[in-house]
Amino acid sequence: MTEPTNPLAIANPKMSARDVKVFYGAKQAIKGVSIDVDMDNVTAFIGPSGCGKSTFLRTLNRMNDTVASARVEGTITLDGEDIYSPSMDVVQLRARVGMVFQKPNPFPKSIYENIAYGPRIHGLAHAKADLDVVVEKSLRRAGLWDEVKDRLHDSGTALSGGQQQRLCIGRAIAVEPEVILMDEPCSALDPIATAKIEELIHELRGRYAIVIVTHNMQQAARVSQRTAFFHLGDLVEYGVTGDIFTNPTQERTKDYITGRYG
Amino acid sequence: MTGPALFLLLAGLGAIAWVSARARALRLQTVARETGRRDAVHSLPGYHGWYVALWTLAPAVLFLAVWANIAPGLVTQAVLADPAAQSLPMDDFSRSAILGEARSIATGAQAGAFNPLAQGLVEPYRAAISKYGVAGAVLAIVLAFAGGAYAFTRVRPDFRARTRVERLVMATLLIASLLAIVTTVGIVASLLWESFRFFSMVNPLDFLFGTKWSPQSAAMGYGNEDAFGAVPLFWGTIFIGAIIAMVVAIPLGLMSAIYLTQYAKPVVRKWMKPTLEMLAGVPTVVYGYFAALTIAPALRDFAVMIGIHGASSESALAAGLVMGVMIIPFVSSMADDSIAAVPQSMRDGSLAMGATTSETIRKVLIPAALPGVVGGVLLAVSRAIGETMIVVMAAGLAANLTLNPFASVTTVTTQIVQLLTGDQEFDSAKTLAAFALGLVLFVVTLLLNIVALRVVKKYREAYE
Ligand SMILES: Nc1ncnc2c1ncn2[C@@H]1O[C@H](COP(=O)(O)OP(=O)(O)O)[C@@H](O)[C@H]1O
Ligand SMILES: [Mg+2]
Repeated sequence: MTEPTNPLAIANPKMSARDVKVFYGAKQAIKGVSIDVDMDNVTAFIGPSGCGKSTFLRTLNRMNDTVASARVEGTITLDGEDIYSPSMDVVQLRARVGMVFQKPNPFPKSIYENIAYGPRIHGLAHAKADLDVVVEKSLRRAGLWDEVKDRLHDSGTALSGGQQQRLCIGRAIAVEPEVILMDEPCSALDPIATAKIEELIHELRGRYAIVIVTHNMQQAARVSQRTAFFHLGDLVEYGVTGDIFTNPTQERTKDYITGRYG
Repeated sequence: MTGPALFLLLAGLGAIAWVSARARALRLQTVARETGRRDAVHSLPGYHGWYVALWTLAPAVLFLAVWANIAPGLVTQAVLADPAAQSLPMDDFSRSAILGEARSIATGAQAGAFNPLAQGLVEPYRAAISKYGVAGAVLAIVLAFAGGAYAFTRVRPDFRARTRVERLVMATLLIASLLAIVTTVGIVASLLWESFRFFSMVNPLDFLFGTKWSPQSAAMGYGNEDAFGAVPLFWGTIFIGAIIAMVVAIPLGLMSAIYLTQYAKPVVRKWMKPTLEMLAGVPTVVYGYFAALTIAPALRDFAVMIGIHGASSESALAAGLVMGVMIIPFVSSMADDSIAAVPQSMRDGSLAMGATTSETIRKVLIPAALPGVVGGVLLAVSRAIGETMIVVMAAGLAANLTLNPFASVTTVTTQIVQLLTGDQEFDSAKTLAAFALGLVLFVVTLLLNIVALRVVKKYREAYE
């Protein structure tokens, strides 16, 4: 078994994980992962299904807290601050680290209310006028404004799958997060909707630190600048996306890239 | 031959038919399988057994059912043909009284005769009963043998016994379900018919919109106008079942559902949910006397203490509160289902935005579950307004049109009980009013159920 390569040394990481282990009951799903995520690059997590990509992603905004059997060890920091320390407020953390899920999950409310949900609960906007501004800005950033501006009060669940997913991205953006986590955001979408989301990720890059889980290697190659390859709960290799795909240093990475499994 | 003996005999014949037909099929099929092609054997031997057993039993049982209906007539005819019957009086009434008495003595239901004429007919009765009894039994047994023999000769390796047995099973099930439907239709028809008779005596508008209810005065001959205004009853029903009971049941049911689905640990949920649902299993009469004996007096004392006028020992509040408690499991289990049906992804989506659990419940789960909850509440209301025991025991009989929850009010169901207990003639408006009330209750409950089920179904579809 080869040693996992060192994480990329990043001078000023946005988020940083050190020796993170996750257990579901007695079962270990993540076996000591260390990784840095920075602001300027899109980071992709790839690996075969069940290797722990989602599990690790969910540790970054403590969504694993909602799973009763889950237990996290190790340290994860956001701007140097331990997110698992007792002084960290999980509500605040999740406002700073937003998340987009595999299946679009708009609330059964209007498009407007979907976007306004976050700003309201975090008290970011009170007056209707302020809220209107936030909604428009978020929808524009999510690339959805032109399609829905005339029907903001229609139900969010009536949109197409791709629009729903962009609505969910807009919803996450509306609370001004610093990091956006995306867990296979295109796996339920058709190629055209997928292309729109990928385009959107390009546009959002730099403004937010973006981490995207995907099992589609072409997608990782298209949207990310950093790629981490997970296998059986290990972080096998982490590096510049181009290097990972053209010149992997680890045997397991090579096998995966060339389609030997996964 | 006595009934039980005949029954045992037939059962025995059926069992013998089953065993022997099965054995025969097994034997024939073993032979056929060794020699013939694969399709030479059709049904499992057990199906042959059932086929022959059914042919043995069904004709005999059907015959007995018919016989039980025609035999009494034949017996009476035989008795009337007896010389002892010549001295019977001619008028139908005393004639059938004497015949009835003789029959009772003959069957042992009565010890001695009041009427000497009846005594003379006892022997002919006895003879006729036993004659037709034996005839019926013999015919049944002959039929059993005939049916069994016919079916037994049809047992062949490739006979399609399974198809026939399955067809019969299906027919039986169909008849069973039709029976339930026919009964319901019959009940509704009688309800409609009697209500129609009532409305030919009392103007429907007076009934539906009148505010004075005093069926007693109509019965005492003061006329039907002004006696059957059912609005106080409707109000009492709504006040207790749809207002007071729901004020108790909705918040408590909803909150317990939220606790159970969102906060309770699996172990807690595992014992708490069935315990709560046990409330629904308490007989309503128990709730009734709890309401009447414990809650109502306490409420009256309380009302007197704080100086409320018109406080009665039977009150809308007592009945409504207890009914509300009774309905809690209804509301909570419907709400529980609806909340549980909201996809986990909805909850995750909200939590990932940084919403707290209670914000998620208030702003996402409940709005999403609302249609289901509303459906549940409507069902609960329909249950509450049809509930009888609690209101009979605790709400009172006074048809008051009042907003005072401490006063006595009466409900539709209470009045139906009231109208139909004790002496009654079936033609009076007073008795028929019960059917009209029943019809109103039926229609309202039906509508509530239809609306509720639609709402719930729509909502379910939204997440599938
Ligand atoms: N809630 C859970 N409870 C128990 N085991 C889980 C849970 N979620 C995921 N796992 C297990 O953890 C491992 C990693 O799963 P996951 O992170 O979903 O993988 P991926 O996203 O890479 O497909 C899998 O073996 C999976 O079965
Ligand atoms: Mg996953």
